[in-house]
Amino acid sequence: MRTELVVVGAGPAGLAAALAADARGVRVTVVDAADGPGGQFYRQPAAELNARRPQALHHQWRTWERLRDGLAASGVRLLTGHHVWTVTGGPDSFTVHALLGPGQDEPATVHADAVLLATGSHEHVLPFPGWTLPGVVTAGGAQAMLKSGLVVPGRVAVVAGTGPLLLPVATGLAAAGTRVSALVESAGPRQVARHARALAGKLPEGAGHAARLLRHRVRPLARHTVVRAHGDDRLTGVTVAALDADGHVRRGTGRYLPCDTLAVGHGLLPQTDLAEGLGCHLDGATVTVDAEQRTSAPGVWAAGEATGVGGAALALAEGHIAGRSAAARLRGTEPDPAGWAPAARTREALRTAAAALDAAFAPPAHWAAQVTDDTVVCRCEEVTAGAVREAADGLGAGDVRTVKLLTRAGMGWCQGRMCATAVAGLTGCHSDPPRRPLARPVPLGILAGTAPDRAAPDRPAPDRPAPDRTAPDRAAPDRAAPDRAVSGRPVSESDRSPSEQASTGGLSSDRPPHGRLARDQNPPEAFEEGSP
Amino acid sequence: MNPLRLVRARPARAFTVTVDGRTVEALPGRTVAAALWAAGITSWRTTRGSGRPRGVFCGIGVCFDCLVTVNDSPNQRACLVPARPGDVIRTQEGTGHED
Repeated sequence: MRTELVVVGAGPAGLAAALAADARGVRVTVVDAADGPGGQFYRQPAAELNARRPQALHHQWRTWERLRDGLAASGVRLLTGHHVWTVTGGPDSFTVHALLGPGQDEPATVHADAVLLATGSHEHVLPFPGWTLPGVVTAGGAQAMLKSGLVVPGRVAVVAGTGPLLLPVATGLAAAGTRVSALVESAGPRQVARHARALAGKLPEGAGHAARLLRHRVRPLARHTVVRAHGDDRLTGVTVAALDADGHVRRGTGRYLPCDTLAVGHGLLPQTDLAEGLGCHLDGATVTVDAEQRTSAPGVWAAGEATGVGGAALALAEGHIAGRSAAARLRGTEPDPAGWAPAARTREALRTAAAALDAAFAPPAHWAAQVTDDTVVCRCEEVTAGAVREAADGLGAGDVRTVKLLTRAGMGWCQGRMCATAVAGLTGCHSDPPRRPLARPVPLGILAGTAPDRAAPDRPAPDRPAPDRTAPDRAAPDRAAPDRAVSGRPVSESDRSPSEQASTGGLSSDRPPHGRLARDQNPPEAFEEGSP
Repeated sequence: MNPLRLVRARPARAFTVTVDGRTVEALPGRTVAAALWAAGITSWRTTRGSGRPRGVFCGIGVCFDCLVTVNDSPNQRACLVPARPGDVIRTQEGTGHED
């Protein structure tokens, strides 16, 4: 399948970008792992659950309606159930490699002249004793399960950690019938007040959440942290304690809160694997973009949380700009930034607010002091904090990669997505960009089978063979394939627990596009209509 | 209040699956993880090393903590795989390959 612009991710950034480019006559294909558009922010209940009032679990619903209706009226082709594992090529011809459906064992490719990455973020959780107990979930995970599955994990919840996400999670769980006994936020009013000017625009939103907390009788515990989760085989309660001005736990302030659910999060981490694979420059954890949302890799744009966590409204503005820029450049013309000036102003203001939020809601400075040596840090490989510390202090590891080689921390299924920052924090090690040539586990048979695809007849230019070029330290697919491809096992550094999943079928990469009827009717663009 | 009532859901008819031999009702559209949560089950895997119980953590397919054996296929992410009528869901011990 060939398209002009392929957008990876159907959240706010991806949809805004797709609609902006589509409105300017570009053939756009959006690929997303989920069953429908929306991303994590506008994650929708499964259709079969027939929710007649899904907006009860959402904020800024009108913006979603505009995006959804705009998509339906546009010429944008949406490919759902596509789990993208790498994007290869450039600068004017790319191939998106995906695995289809929940089984993720059927390959699909999309060829495009340009790529727009709107890959979003996943949650950041720092470890503490007991955090691997069933009943402890990420704050965003509890929200995701609620939004799509209409289900809650228990009866009594504590929501804890830091950051603006905790508020809607607490109020969402409470509205859905969970008793939320406390909202434990490590930041204090003083830290937030320090950034009051930059956060002024966020005040109404915050006030709305505060009112809902009050209504659901959620006790806010500012400047507090969870120091331990209790339970044998599942969560029975947590100990929370107060923090002093420096972020140390204040002695003698610990108290026990019974609960069967702990929803915990310490902010969000951008998903940058595909950008890294394409050689895009990263600034720390985020993809670097210019004023047009272009990455350093020619032909590759990025928008939304991957370029810096800042919320849905910022993602919409960035997506809009990226889509317009890509549309102009695909036509060989210089884009006119004056055309997107309102979006650029919004982007500027929201980036400032995002930086302030980031500073105000930093995890407690001394979180590592609470992590006992027997606490599991790498959840996949069951590596304890003691082993991680020994690698650094006893064996002299000076970076996260060496700690991984010595302990297996970060070597498992999640490839360090859950523990890399914790390993860095516990050891004081420098945290290198993670470098994950495969953004998700891929059956070896499919890796081996990508070779013919590179010579697909509709590919005008030779491709960059990503797996071979970017993963010299891993088993070469071609050599490994004969004995492993038969079993259909995925490639993971931890190949002790391979996936052998039956094909679920039913998903095709050649679905007909959404109605093209309204192509010339200037489809509504969420940003232009919905943002200040 | 419960989540289904909150959004005024009118789900299609429930079907049954088995979980470690026990029959459990599941609503169409829910993932295996959501069906298990709705049945009051929060863990369905034991770890390879110390045999500790695990269930959903990230809920969006990133952490791989919710791996489960469905219809004899181990290592399915329960938070991504939709529940289907008649699914045989089993707690996954370790790699899921010994049993």
